[in-house]
Amino acid sequence: MSVKVMIPTPLRVYAGKRASAEFSAATVGEALSGLTSQFAELRKHLYTEDGKLRAFVNVYLNDEDIRYLSQEGTPTKDGDTISIIPSIAGGSCENAD
Amino acid sequence: MSEVLEVGISAELAEKIREHGVETYPYECCGALLGKDQETAAGSDADAFGVRNSREVLALFPLVNRRDDSPRNRFSVTAEDVREAEKAARAQGLDVIGWYHSHPDHPARPSDYDRDHAWPWYSYIIVSVHTGVPQDMTSWRLKDDRTGFLEEKISPMKVSVAR
Repeated sequence: MSVKVMIPTPLRVYAGKRASAEFSAATVGEALSGLTSQFAELRKHLYTEDGKLRAFVNVYLNDEDIRYLSQEGTPTKDGDTISIIPSIAGGSCENAD
Repeated sequence: MSEVLEVGISAELAEKIREHGVETYPYECCGALLGKDQETAAGSDADAFGVRNSREVLALFPLVNRRDDSPRNRFSVTAEDVREAEKAARAQGLDVIGWYHSHPDHPARPSDYDRDHAWPWYSYIIVSVHTGVPQDMTSWRLKDDRTGFLEEKISPMKVSVAR
């Protein structure tokens, strides 16, 4: 299955300034694996050290958040678009109130 | 070759960030920085002066802090908010080049929590608001290896685009 992965602006510097890339993938996870294999520097910004997607990385298959589907195991079909959308967070202290 | 990181912002827009921080005090404010990014060689001798990586903040897109459980020391911008900010930027022919937030009663320096949740490339402007009065304003970019931030020089711009 050929799917397009949209690369968000803050990560394009690690992907040759590309806004998107296409991969042959049967699942969302395979497509993201293709992305981080081709552009290895992206990996640390998308995944924690134990291999989980960072909490502020939101992945959509077409218009659906994969958290409400089958996560990275969500199957893809020809022509699907995977979008990586940032959440933004921060704070002044190490511990929340 | 050294790299100088720089973000230009008008006095007017910098003041709007401070005002937002005062308005939401004692809670953190947040918003998007809309503008243009450019990487150019500074001066005629690039070897001596290195590369100047500069960008310009031309508009703001204030947002609501979605962390209503701990707004005094946390801020959160959802994916939907990010999409709205990007849509607003496109409508003005601009890009989202970063984010601003306030640190109520804390220095304008990024915390470990800021670092853990930061995206590379973006400029992160922080304004300290102490007992309701704005203090320092600084700007930062996450290092490529995520171990910390590089401070970005804030350069005053004379004019911002009227929005």
